[in-house]
Amino acid sequence: MSLVKLTASTLTIAAVSATAAMARDNVQVAGSSTVLPYASIVAEAFGENFDFPTPVVESGGSSAGLKRFCEGVGENTIDIANASRAIREKEVKACAEAGVSEIIEVRIGYDGIVFASQLDGPEFTAFTPSDWYNALGQKVVVDGALVDNPHAQWSDFNADLPAVEIASFIPGTKHGTREVFEEKVLLQGCEDTGAMEAMISGGMSEDDAEAACMAVRTDGKSVDIDGDYTETLARIDSNPNGVGVFGLAFYENNTDTLKVATMSGVAPSTESIASGEYPVSRPLFFYIKKAHIGVIPGLKEFAEFFVSDEIAGPDGPLANYGLVSDPELGNTQSTVADEHTMGTNM
Amino acid sequence: MSDATSGGAVPAAGSRRHGSILQLDARTKKRNAKEARFRAYGLGAIIIGLVFLVTLLTAIVSNGVGAFQQTFIEVPVYLDPQKLDKTGNRDAAEMAKVSTFGYTPLIQQGLLDLVDREGIDAPFEKAGDMKALISASAAAKVRDYVLANPDALGETRGFELLASSRVDGYLKGRVTQESVERDRNISAEHLQLADALREIGAIRKGFNSEFIFGADASESRAEQAGIGVAILGSFFMMLVVLAFSLPIGVAASIYLEEFAPKNRLTDLIEVNISNLAAVPSIVFGILGLAVFIEFAHLPQSAPLVGGLVLTLMTLPTIIISTRASLKAVPPSIRDAALGIGASKMQSVFHHVLPLAAPGILTGTIIGLAQALGETAPLLLIGMVGYIATNYPDGISSGFLDPNSAMPAQIYEWAKRADPAYYERAWGGIIILLVFLLTMNIIAIILRRRFERRW
Repeated sequence: MSLVKLTASTLTIAAVSATAAMARDNVQVAGSSTVLPYASIVAEAFGENFDFPTPVVESGGSSAGLKRFCEGVGENTIDIANASRAIREKEVKACAEAGVSEIIEVRIGYDGIVFASQLDGPEFTAFTPSDWYNALGQKVVVDGALVDNPHAQWSDFNADLPAVEIASFIPGTKHGTREVFEEKVLLQGCEDTGAMEAMISGGMSEDDAEAACMAVRTDGKSVDIDGDYTETLARIDSNPNGVGVFGLAFYENNTDTLKVATMSGVAPSTESIASGEYPVSRPLFFYIKKAHIGVIPGLKEFAEFFVSDEIAGPDGPLANYGLVSDPELGNTQSTVADEHTMGTNM
Repeated sequence: MSDATSGGAVPAAGSRRHGSILQLDARTKKRNAKEARFRAYGLGAIIIGLVFLVTLLTAIVSNGVGAFQQTFIEVPVYLDPQKLDKTGNRDAAEMAKVSTFGYTPLIQQGLLDLVDREGIDAPFEKAGDMKALISASAAAKVRDYVLANPDALGETRGFELLASSRVDGYLKGRVTQESVERDRNISAEHLQLADALREIGAIRKGFNSEFIFGADASESRAEQAGIGVAILGSFFMMLVVLAFSLPIGVAASIYLEEFAPKNRLTDLIEVNISNLAAVPSIVFGILGLAVFIEFAHLPQSAPLVGGLVLTLMTLPTIIISTRASLKAVPPSIRDAALGIGASKMQSVFHHVLPLAAPGILTGTIIGLAQALGETAPLLLIGMVGYIATNYPDGISSGFLDPNSAMPAQIYEWAKRADPAYYERAWGGIIILLVFLLTMNIIAIILRRRFERRW
């Protein structure tokens, strides 16, 4: 026991003596890996142009980031959580219980989700939500009857698609991207193919049917990727028939190896996403802990800098990297400037 | 084995013929063949191992060597006082209000003017078209220069700026004119212009000291990223590990080996230390998160915390190797010291410890090398992510300011979208391997020179 005690006490003494003399002077950010590149671009420019230290930006996923955000108020908790989806009711409650009652929600812009495959691979050039539902759904409609997904090749349900084995790489459930994929692609496809109707008429409640629509087949034709897009890219590289789900910005940085497919006839681009034509896009957010403004130096300046026209505007570095600029950026700027918290009226 | 014993033990039965010792009988042949086969297996295993090693090293070097080269672009920039100092009184605070966004157009215009002056035929008319060639970091470099030298306003100064990662990749052969066909960031015309600029000497490839000494950069400017600050982060962590784990580890092992009574409790402790050495490092990470950050309120992402977590991981390694080298000192040395009247403590510190020191140091260095390459526990205490802190101002800021570590930085780069980061991840591995190799060589030299055998 003496060793353990000795170690523990030495370390604690060191720890406590070190804490006494310091206060954090850099902004700490964590959360969505989709928002990470944008946040790091802003953090870098912030460090260059202001006298504050460069903020630290970590990734880990939207849910993980919001969880750390909601741990409480104080210097050892993060100041900003990045998220590729809006904060949930449940998370707001968890935050409030830990004392984080004032949260400022900032929407920075939109991100598109694209479906891409190997540049020299089979001709995956046009998809519809129905195609994806038929390929990945657990129960699909074949000849008017609801059955366990029998499709082995893309051409089984759509003759325009290549006759190759279905091999899709979709984001894992901890990613915000997955939610968008489920809602805007699977659910839509479920409705379009009539599977949802068949489920409801088969005695399911609407909620159950929605959940069943979002269930993905588990026979290995669809693979959840829990890592980053780099992992998806590696999978596609090694499988010529693979189709993967990527963020628009990632695709645009890897156009030399990937080719993108249209969704419902619309090619993904910043323009088609901004206009709302491209159906699979989502807003990106970050959340500020209001209690930390004024305590952590540079926090408010960083947030204002993030949403300023020269950064988040249509010609700024974020748009250049692939973010679709928010047409209502002006409102967002005033939200940050006035420190409007969630739940209060503007 | 069974062949050998049975072959030797069974005397010639009636049916067996005695032959010449030079003529091998079937059994001996079989045994010899077995041995030859075993040797072949062993050799095969070594060859397979070597092939893997060579493949790995070739892959690392061929992928990573590009990171040590960087393309630079020489641009004469007219520092327009109208734009950079609107009030005209050269006041530093006023001039600092012009952000890097104010400088970018000037640099782009400078490059466009250069292209026109040199008479290069390029289909570009707007200054903004030059964006694809120059790194986004250029504006900060020019701005820093102007803020430091306000007198330069109104003059044209030449700046050696980083070229963008695509141009850099083109000069290194990673990017080709065909591969950028669908690239939104750069076009084939830009690459042709880069070729023309290279001919007049405005674009050149040089040694990339920024990569070894610089800080991390965001995804929009892979060309600027360096591992230097992460090396410092690793260095400060190693200082913490050394400062804690060496004294604690040595004290614990001396007590256990020389003073502690041998009973069930000490046996239990011994078994647990051996077990601790086998605990996955991520466990120490989560322990560090709970104890050092959430309980002791140490700052996140700080090398101090990283060092403390790695200390926990390194302690068992050091204790085990220290105890082994203490055990290796023959009891006669202790007996002799005690016999001429030394106290137990004197015998340990005057005689046993100095003789065991080379072994202890070797164990410590190996433990440190192991800690240097560790990433998993750092994931949990916030040392992975975009951490582009500048060089620490002093000792305390070195320990407490957010920083990354070499392996964590490599992990981070390997995840990023821009292919230039992939190259840098391999380059980072080369640097990490150089450090590990150096530490291991030091350990070997220490052992060779000072170790005594009885």
